[in-house]
Amino acid sequence: MNTIHKSRRNFLKTAGAAAIGSTLPISLIELAFADTAENFTFAYISDAHIQHIEGTRFVRNWDRGLIRAVAETNLLVPKPDFVFFGGDLAQLGTKAELDHGAEIMSALRYKVHYVMGEHDYYLDLGDYWEQLFGAQYYSFNHKGVHFIVLNSIRTYDDWTFNRWPSNEQRMLEMAGLDNPNGSPFMVGEEQRNWLKSDLSKVAKTTPIIVLSHSPLQKIFKGWNFWTEDAEEIQTLLKPFDKVSVIYGHVHQIQYNQIGNISFNSVMATAWPWPYPQSYAQAEQYLPKLTVPMNRADPFFERDATGWQFINMNNGNADLHYTLYNNTARSVIYNTKTKQPEDSAYQSEDARIPPQTHF
Amino acid sequence: MKLKPIKAILLLPLALAFAMPTASADEFTDADLERWQQQFMGVVQQGRDLWTSPELGTNGVACAQCHPNAANTHPETYPKFQKQLGKVVPMWEMINWCLKNPLEGQPLAADDPKMTAIQAYVTHERRGVTLEPGKH
Repeated sequence: MNTIHKSRRNFLKTAGAAAIGSTLPISLIELAFADTAENFTFAYISDAHIQHIEGTRFVRNWDRGLIRAVAETNLLVPKPDFVFFGGDLAQLGTKAELDHGAEIMSALRYKVHYVMGEHDYYLDLGDYWEQLFGAQYYSFNHKGVHFIVLNSIRTYDDWTFNRWPSNEQRMLEMAGLDNPNGSPFMVGEEQRNWLKSDLSKVAKTTPIIVLSHSPLQKIFKGWNFWTEDAEEIQTLLKPFDKVSVIYGHVHQIQYNQIGNISFNSVMATAWPWPYPQSYAQAEQYLPKLTVPMNRADPFFERDATGWQFINMNNGNADLHYTLYNNTARSVIYNTKTKQPEDSAYQSEDARIPPQTHF
Repeated sequence: MKLKPIKAILLLPLALAFAMPTASADEFTDADLERWQQQFMGVVQQGRDLWTSPELGTNGVACAQCHPNAANTHPETYPKFQKQLGKVVPMWEMINWCLKNPLEGQPLAADDPKMTAIQAYVTHERRGVTLEPGKH
């Protein structure tokens, strides 16, 4: 396996530098040179949905999205301190998909921290994923910031353990985003207790970054843009001065501010999802603060997909979205208004027609 | 007036129709409405099955992966100018584009029952939305 990893890495080094070096948005790089010593950067790649067809065949489109994110992340200057992967590396949680995804990710020249997604989890409840990437929830400190990773895509035990005749069936039922047989995501009591104990050791002035797959806020239940015990998690985070929640799953730009907690979503490398308001039958709560990403043009295969470069600006997370077929977006924490705001499109009159979703 | 036998036979159905006004073409009952709705919803369900099927294309990708609940398909805006195709197209042409590209499959004939079912499903998910042909 190591030989394969090495040759793949070398291929990406050469191919990536040749094909992509000239198109990497320079603005991202300049922003990383913010002046204080407390600043650092990390990259965020999410929702690759590596999908096995049969034998050695995988869906080419999704492969390309992840390969490109990995290649571009390797070219970042200055180097990010580490990379996060935000979950849903696989489509149906199989060894073939997780192995193939891990092989593509192995080309990254940085330490990678992984978050569990439902597409990684519901086949074997994370057994194989744990062998590859480690614990399902954990925390660590980095340059004065406390990072917490939660597995937020668990659900009611009855659904997980008693409902389905096979693990494969359980995986398929949860894999369909709009499947009415699915079940709401939740962090659950076990992790909430762990979180409480973990937070008890952290000073209230320490900036906290929570990484989850699903939003730790309630946006649209029908597609699990939702975490059932979101309010309980928010309550545990309330005593801290600076808290950011960064989540995947939604395959689109979302951001919000609830009290002291900033919420930012990350893009998928695989495909974009519609905003919930474009489902005519939905009752949904997209945060008013969010200026949506452009409506995707499917004729550009990588449109409305991408990855993120995050600048920890004095403990606030500033997200820079690298969008393959679109103008890059930046959602920056505004220290005056105390909320994340888009650096170009936040005001009503700055918005452009593709940002209207219907 | 005395009719020749052959004419009498031809006029017989007409006479019966006048005799039974409930069989008139422009009248229908609650039972009819229910049956027609069932027929429609049956085809909608076929469309939903196709929409979520990994078998529709060749690579296992399903329509619903990018379009949960058929969102972001906008059936109420067709026919419309599709800039990527350079002309005004009905919805089934765009569906075929998706079948050929993201699903790496074969296009369907315009009157293929599968194409009808897919359009029935997509339109049903969009019920209640104002018809706006040409809108982008």
